Amino acid sequence: MNLTLPWGPLALGAALLLGAAPAHAQQDLMQQLDHLTGDSLRRELTVATFKGTRVINGQSIETPGAGSLLFLISHRFGTLNSGAYNFFGLDQATIRLGLEYGLTDRLAVGVGRSSLEKTFDGFGKYRLLRQGSGPGALPVSVTLFASAALSSVRFEPQPERTTTSRLTYTYQALLARKFSSALSVQLMPTLVHRNYVDLRRDQNNVWALGLAARQKLTKRLALTGEYYYLLPGATADSFRNSLALGFDIETGGHVFQLHVTNSQGMIEKFFIPQTTGNFLNGDIFFGFNVSRAFQLRGRP
Amino acid sequence: MQHLLLLVGLLGWLAHRPAPAPAKYFTRTGTISFFSATPIEDISARNQQVAAVVDTQTGQVAFTVLMKEFKFPKPLMQDHFNENYVESEKYPKALFSGRLVDFQAGALAAASPQPVQVEGDLTIHGVTQRVRVPGTLQLQNNHLLVNAKFVIAPADYRIEIPLLVRAHIAKTVDVTVALACDPLP
Repeated sequence: MNLTLPWGPLALGAALLLGAAPAHAQQDLMQQLDHLTGDSLRRELTVATFKGTRVINGQSIETPGAGSLLFLISHRFGTLNSGAYNFFGLDQATIRLGLEYGLTDRLAVGVGRSSLEKTFDGFGKYRLLRQGSGPGALPVSVTLFASAALSSVRFEPQPERTTTSRLTYTYQALLARKFSSALSVQLMPTLVHRNYVDLRRDQNNVWALGLAARQKLTKRLALTGEYYYLLPGATADSFRNSLALGFDIETGGHVFQLHVTNSQGMIEKFFIPQTTGNFLNGDIFFGFNVSRAFQLRGRP
Repeated sequence: MQHLLLLVGLLGWLAHRPAPAPAKYFTRTGTISFFSATPIEDISARNQQVAAVVDTQTGQVAFTVLMKEFKFPKPLMQDHFNENYVESEKYPKALFSGRLVDFQAGALAAASPQPVQVEGDLTIHGVTQRVRVPGTLQLQNNHLLVNAKFVIAPADYRIEIPLLVRAHIAKTVDVTVALACDPLP
């Protein structure tokens, strides 16, 4: 004889007898929910690789985000080794005032004016690729950057220079990876093209490779460093590589960046091909960047 | 021919058989929003990717909330929320696992929203607290509508608010839950 047992009801009875703890059922429901949502298979974009749109002097992969307007004040004092007479550099100052705006979450444009050589600059920045987590996500973020800088300083003696000869362009690919919530590293292959150079031996095209890193010390305080290596050539022979070390301090809608650097200028055309300061000899400019974000329109 | 008649008859019987009421309801597009009001600044955010399962037989309820899906009007605020307050990379999800209190399986037959109490463990920022929250349940066009409003204090979940912005962020935050769950086959 074939004996078929009603397994279903038996199992239920057994479960009841064993006192199916509600906690287990609860866990099952949570597991079922995880299974249904497939959250473990989800792709997420990495956010806040750097605190600001600048690492220190140079650009980071970050953009302001759609509808956000950033007002940036960048300031460098004179060199620390200029002596007590100059109050160790605090008597002198160069400044750049800038505005940048996020047209979309990926695309940003900006303008600025540096006191150094009375220079106007404008740039576009596009977040091409974004690092993420989950299956198929990219390991790095890539942002493209292009800028034009126009020096408006009067040249004495005459002849006056043409507008074309006053222009310098910079092209950068910014590649960054946020290794953990604390550590981010960025590589910046860079080309600075100068329409006009004084001497035949000077380079119109200056190539450089930048390296930057951010290490968080606390949730709102981070240590930053940035170094631009000039590829061998006439510029590398007569100028120095730009080095900057600093802190990012975040408070509500502001990011304060305090740093020391051997570069005086705050845009690529100055700090990449024209850095003369020797960091180890005390040609160190103390400076800060302050940014304030204003939301001009809601996000779509 | 006889077979065909049999088949039609069988199908007819299957069609007319009363469908068993689904036990579980599920959504992954539920909404949770929160609101912090201070004299200086109002802060609000909305998450429309909330996943939830409600078992109307046992009265058990489970929620998972991806913290990064909270959308703020200001991108900077959203970054700060994820980076500094809820630490979304360390604690990507908020969870709720609980049970309807004194729930009767038949109570959902009524067309109007039924007031309920739900009790369970709410986990935010890696901290679990026992909570009891009032809400309503309503069965409408085969959807289970879940609504709840309650208050949570960031401090209970060890979410630190620095002194400098303490005046901008309320001590307690109003949370609103609105879900429309589909029957789970």
